[in-house]
Amino acid sequence: MTEPDPIVKEFLVESYENLDQLDRDFVALEQNPQDPARLGSVFRTIHTVKGTCGFFGFGKLESVAHVGENLLCRVRDGEIVLNPEITTALLALVDVIRGILARIESTGEEGDGDYSDLIATLTRLASGPVTPPTPQPSPTPAHADPALEVATAEAIPPQTDPAEESTATDPDPTQIPNKPPAKSARKRAPKKPKLATPESTEADPLRAPTRPARKRAPKKPTIAASESAALPSPPLSAPKAPAECLVPAPKTPPPPDALSAPKGPATADGPPAAALADSNVRVDVGLLDKLMNLVGELVLARNQILQYAPGHKDAGLLRTSQRLNLITSELQEGVMKTRMQPIGTIWNRFPRVVRDLASMCGKQIRVEMDGQDTELDRTIIEAIKDPLTHVVRNSVDHGIETPAVRVAAGKPAEGRLHLRAFHEGGQVNIEISDDGGGVRPDKVRAKALSRGLIEPDRAERMTDKELTQLIFLPGFSTAETVSNISGRGVGMDVVKTNIEKIGGTVDLTSQVGIGTTLKIKIPLTLAIVPALIVTCGGDRYAIPQSSLLELVRLDGDQARGRVESFQGAPVYRLRGNLLPLVSLGELLRVDTQPHEGVVTLVVLRADDRQFGLIVDGIHDTEEIVVKPLGKLLQHLSMFAGSTIMGDGRVALILDVLGVAQQAGVAVTQSRPATNVATTKDDHADRQTMLLVGLGSERRLAIPLDRVARLEVIPAAEVEWADGQEVFRYRGEILPLLRVHDLLGGVGEPPPHADVLQVIVVAEGGHLAALVVGRILDAVETTLVVSRGSRRSGLIGSTVIQDRVTDVVDVPALLELADPIGV
Amino acid sequence: MSELNQYCTFTLDGLHFGVEVRHVQEVVRYQEMTRVPLAPTEVRGLINLRGQIVTAVDLRRRMGLPDRAADRNPMNVVLRRDDGATSLLVDAIGDVIEVDEGAFERPPETLQGTAREMLRGAYKLRDRLLLVLDTEKVLALTP
Repeated sequence: MTEPDPIVKEFLVESYENLDQLDRDFVALEQNPQDPARLGSVFRTIHTVKGTCGFFGFGKLESVAHVGENLLCRVRDGEIVLNPEITTALLALVDVIRGILARIESTGEEGDGDYSDLIATLTRLASGPVTPPTPQPSPTPAHADPALEVATAEAIPPQTDPAEESTATDPDPTQIPNKPPAKSARKRAPKKPKLATPESTEADPLRAPTRPARKRAPKKPTIAASESAALPSPPLSAPKAPAECLVPAPKTPPPPDALSAPKGPATADGPPAAALADSNVRVDVGLLDKLMNLVGELVLARNQILQYAPGHKDAGLLRTSQRLNLITSELQEGVMKTRMQPIGTIWNRFPRVVRDLASMCGKQIRVEMDGQDTELDRTIIEAIKDPLTHVVRNSVDHGIETPAVRVAAGKPAEGRLHLRAFHEGGQVNIEISDDGGGVRPDKVRAKALSRGLIEPDRAERMTDKELTQLIFLPGFSTAETVSNISGRGVGMDVVKTNIEKIGGTVDLTSQVGIGTTLKIKIPLTLAIVPALIVTCGGDRYAIPQSSLLELVRLDGDQARGRVESFQGAPVYRLRGNLLPLVSLGELLRVDTQPHEGVVTLVVLRADDRQFGLIVDGIHDTEEIVVKPLGKLLQHLSMFAGSTIMGDGRVALILDVLGVAQQAGVAVTQSRPATNVATTKDDHADRQTMLLVGLGSERRLAIPLDRVARLEVIPAAEVEWADGQEVFRYRGEILPLLRVHDLLGGVGEPPPHADVLQVIVVAEGGHLAALVVGRILDAVETTLVVSRGSRRSGLIGSTVIQDRVTDVVDVPALLELADPIGV
Repeated sequence: MSELNQYCTFTLDGLHFGVEVRHVQEVVRYQEMTRVPLAPTEVRGLINLRGQIVTAVDLRRRMGLPDRAADRNPMNVVLRRDDGATSLLVDAIGDVIEVDEGAFERPPETLQGTAREMLRGAYKLRDRLLLVLDTEKVLALTP
């Protein structure tokens, strides 16, 4: 049957959707094998696929679907209980169908794949436990053949040729090749009496063909194959006796136990499909994109009218322009919504992925999801699909332990993978957590050292949290053995890069033995981003807010004095750290027109690095619609795209990473020593504090910009000079201050150890070393001192990480140690 | 059928050029452009064509002809392409003309340089030659 392409295409789209549904259903069924509604749905789906490909003449696909249908038919009737083996076989079937569909899509042909193994397996499973005597006599060929023949017999009905119909209705053609004569005889025997017997419950004699089938099923499970083969006949009689058949048909599906295989699905498919068609329309994505463009254009026109209208006294014009404003906004919102897809469209694959992986690694894992209906722009959905899949695979492969290990650790044998999505602050948050073994910092350290990713002395001083973050380094993989599932050395770094590419962030928290949580924050849409508009050389450029840290404006003396030269490279001291400066005008090779005596810096972050971009002026912040650059300009790495401004002119969008690379800022090299404790984002109102422990209880916070270096020195190197503990450090003599003693020694002192953890602080051009217990963490916090200082050397106390923490006043502390001056 | 032989014509430095009508999306008058730093010199900028951002290629520069006088604004011949639209900046727009296939000639061997690469040939019109641009080649800018 030669059908025009669009119909086949529709069949493919529909079938793919159905198959995705199947994946989910099967996995769900494993949890609850008896769920009649799901069993019914699975059966109907396979049946629909089978029926439709019969219609298109895809015989091979049909034959494969058919054996699956037979098996499902018996599962649904409760004759066989779904077990992992059956589920695996059925999932394999889904994959095969998917494969064939893909081939049909690309070549229009079914291909010549050989599926006899799968057919044999399915047939064997279908003849399952109820037929102990039959399996022995060469099950494979004997069963496979009838299935194929049955399939061809069934392929005929949809053509609605009366002659063929009658043969299909006749049970003989399907039964004869199926089983030895004795059996077919047996089969026919009970059928006849049934046909004859009028049943009291169902008075309509026209339904006779269905009834025997339904009755037969529980009694003679062995003939499942031929049964469902015979079953298509009842609906086929419909044209002959239309009135009668229409009435019983809708009645048949409700009883889930009823067999009436093809009848159920055939009719049951009707009403829901119709309902779906009533409320949903398939729309080509290209059309949506075009609509989006047009709406963008309308918004611009609206903006122009809004600028123009107030200049006129005409009340009518004003009113109309207001109305236009409202309608346009609503239209824009509506069109944006059409491009939104629930994140569930990617998540739905995960139960299947997890199931397959888990059974491959011999693990038991339950997938839980919250917020599947959280919506994202489809471009984002596309972009996060692979990273998310990777994270999920990682959790299954590396995160969750085998049942034996879990039980030994006092956890339930079944691991739990929890996916959560929610909207917050104009962003979408996705959390993927498992209750597995967590990331072990010591292992990470060892691995990072062995791979040469960090320096040994740095590794010693890193906090657990910092160590955990190392798994995002390129070339890192903690799996003991490289498996074929994950752990190929490309991994979390790719996830991180991909998420950051779309303006998102990734954060990992892990507790050894308890589990790991990966938090991803991504913008709602890529098409519209908030951006800062800057000017340079008379042109406007847009900088996405996601990479923007702060703006600095230097006037007069400041402009002259604060921009210093580091061997010719301009730098600026931003709260004690040297910030490399890059001139946008120089990078773009355009003539700048800065305001006289003013330097405007845009502090940007690219690839964990900060730099200051010198621009002529700051214009405004705006929501911009991102449009890709044409082919002729795509090689320009400094630009991420273009946008149309409110006045209708085009502005280029800077690619911050590209700018950083062009300027040589974002080259991979180890961080400068002054930032050893982690470079955190230096937000204007936030401060990075180094958290240290004194003894077992007390915690101190030291402003990180006071910290020059962290050092570990042997206790033996401490010497005395002028009644003061000192040690030699890079040719200098550094006074050694024991913070615990200086602050009055509340609580137990740090234990005496062979090595001392010291923090080298800088104050007034001098260095001093503070001896502390240990380095805990570096945190970025908004410093709210909740208790005034009663003791000298402290600014006060605050709460950091849910612990009361004393904040050190470095100058005061040094003065305390030596009132005359260090 | 006849569309195949229809050409959108324009002038450039006194020369008469044509591109196949089916490649042309539209012809628009001069539009304000946003320059693109670091782009090839032939790319004069980006224009906003009713919400569609179009790259404008200066055909004079592309053909190795001298720049037009600063006070003369070019016209846009917007070409339809698979990956969006691209505009050719030309001096003036002429008519859409139908040509006789028999009047076509390959470029003479003596024609050398960039111009030769970008010309498919010429139609011998009654009073002049219509130079036929190979739009693929014209837009195959190498950065």
